[in-house]
Amino acid sequence: MGWETWIIATLSRTLAYGTPLLLGTLGEIYAERSGVLNLGIEGMMIMGAYSAFAVAYTTGNPWLGILVAAVVGGGFSLIHAFASITLKANQVVSGLALTMLGLGLAGVLGRGWEGRPLFAAIPKITVPLLSDIPVLGPILFKGQNLIVYLTILLVPVLWIVLYRTRAGITIRAVGESPATADSLGISVSRVRYLCVAFGGVLAGIAGGYLSVAYRPAWTEGMTGGMGWIVIALTIFAFWNPVNGLLGAYLFAALYHLSFRLQPWVAPELLKAMPYAFAILVLVFVSRGTLQKRMGAPAALTLPYTRGEE
Amino acid sequence: MRSPRWLEIERRPLPSGRTIFLVSVAAILGALVVAGLFFAAYGVSPVRAYAEIFQGALGSWLGLTETVRRAIPLLLCGIGLSIAFRALFWNIGAEGQLLMGAIGAAGVALFSGLPGPLLIPAMFVAGFLAGALWALIPAALKAKLGLNDVITTLMMNYIAIYVVEWLIHGPWKGPTMRGFAYTDRFPPAAQLPTIAGTRIHWPTLLVGLLAAVLVFLLIARTKRGFEIRVVGENPHAARYAGINQVRTILFAMLISGGLAGIAGMGEVAGIHLRLLSPTQISMGYGYTAIIVAWLARRNPLAVILTAAFFGIIMAGGDVIKVTLRLPFQLINVFNGLILFFLIGSEILMHYRIRLRRR
Repeated sequence: MGWETWIIATLSRTLAYGTPLLLGTLGEIYAERSGVLNLGIEGMMIMGAYSAFAVAYTTGNPWLGILVAAVVGGGFSLIHAFASITLKANQVVSGLALTMLGLGLAGVLGRGWEGRPLFAAIPKITVPLLSDIPVLGPILFKGQNLIVYLTILLVPVLWIVLYRTRAGITIRAVGESPATADSLGISVSRVRYLCVAFGGVLAGIAGGYLSVAYRPAWTEGMTGGMGWIVIALTIFAFWNPVNGLLGAYLFAALYHLSFRLQPWVAPELLKAMPYAFAILVLVFVSRGTLQKRMGAPAALTLPYTRGEE
Repeated sequence: MRSPRWLEIERRPLPSGRTIFLVSVAAILGALVVAGLFFAAYGVSPVRAYAEIFQGALGSWLGLTETVRRAIPLLLCGIGLSIAFRALFWNIGAEGQLLMGAIGAAGVALFSGLPGPLLIPAMFVAGFLAGALWALIPAALKAKLGLNDVITTLMMNYIAIYVVEWLIHGPWKGPTMRGFAYTDRFPPAAQLPTIAGTRIHWPTLLVGLLAAVLVFLLIARTKRGFEIRVVGENPHAARYAGINQVRTILFAMLISGGLAGIAGMGEVAGIHLRLLSPTQISMGYGYTAIIVAWLARRNPLAVILTAAFFGIIMAGGDVIKVTLRLPFQLINVFNGLILFFLIGSEILMHYRIRLRRR
């Protein structure tokens, strides 16, 4: 394979693999910006993956599958929202519980769905004219699907909302200083519920993307720790959607580049690479920033009760 | 937070031991009721299902011994997690530390060439050290660089899984095992003794029970234990009191990972007698142990009880699969539910909730 072909293939796969990571990260950024850490991403993603596959398989409509995955992910996240916002439960434990519940539930429901071929997958598209641009054309405009583009489009939108609109100021205020937000008449719990639910919707879609677009099939545990990598990417991104985009695709590129080591490294160890990368990525961003603030929302993981500051 | 109009939430003083116990039991019952709906959805009466599970796990000698056998790794990992959680280090990595302990023990059993009587003690030490090493990496990364402990410990789990896979497919693959991805069988001197006719490798159980008492005393009675509690409950106070946080976290994780490593050693040297696929070495013991430690309110002595309870649940998983012919993943659903009910019910311990009259 010539270098040019190889670069095109790698970057094109990077785009495809980075998309669910980016979706999950964008959602988690919003949840954490409002002050709620949701470690249940893996659970919501796998529930999204199962429900999207089941719906697409049964109805023959993959977009309906994605829609249901979004609803399931959002609905599932409300369990965490209720526990951590209303009941003021420990957010770390509640998120872990959500992941356990999601993996278990998807395993129970998905029994018997494994190995079925999905003919109604989300179609790959080739954009006319644009795909003829040398190098960039085949990477960006050939063989990708609509979700990839919509996800990238979401990045500037979410950035503008977060930094340039009233809604964004409200979300950040609730995450930085809930007492101040409360005194300004903002309902802290409503903002947090909405942000957690939004994160759930995006995680659900990310899972759906995996099972009806990326590799149209259902396998138990098919998210394989992606939800945890999303948590790492959220920190890497300093809770900023634009950095989230860079992080997700950089990570996906590293993931695909590691396969180049195939002649020298055992396949089992290659599979361990993404997880080692996730740690390295965090080591990288922590250098020199430890003394400064890491940029985490000040009230992250702290439940809010009026008059108890 | 604005509470809903129909209920009123107010703080109450520190809950008594009785309150904690009653609330925990209520949480378990709540989870059992909701999980019962799943049995009903599969057309099995929940009452019958639970009767079968408890009958299967406790009603026969064989069931009872399988319950104890499952409880051993949960006990060891649970004690370790309770000390890590005390220092507010979120060690989600007991699963990986357990696997590394299994690797350490298998390495000594197969390749050390130590004389017979020394083998088992050396395997305990190797299991402890390998688990501890795997725990100290994320501990150092948090203490020195401020890396998020949940993520690093979890990532280390996945890496440990693939290290085991690599060893059994590659360098440690047993020459006599033909196509199978196993190591060779451990020599007899490297196999843990079991209670006759059962799979209870009693030396590990004994170490676990001893560890429960020792770690309890460590946390409750020693200066080091006091420092761990201060770091966990009030890091600011710890800094003012001149407590070395780095050393405290490393120490807590040394114990935590080491005990999980011993659990892994017990599984390979007491049950499987070889290193094999990670999913066979551990049925998610490291993850279930999180609930074990949390249900025990991070008290190592209480872990003995909660590990036994989850031993019943895991042995019950076999009943669900074999007798009731239902997916065994229901166990994970139940585990998730119980954790939710547990943390959800904590509000009942710290707050009084009253219905408001209209």
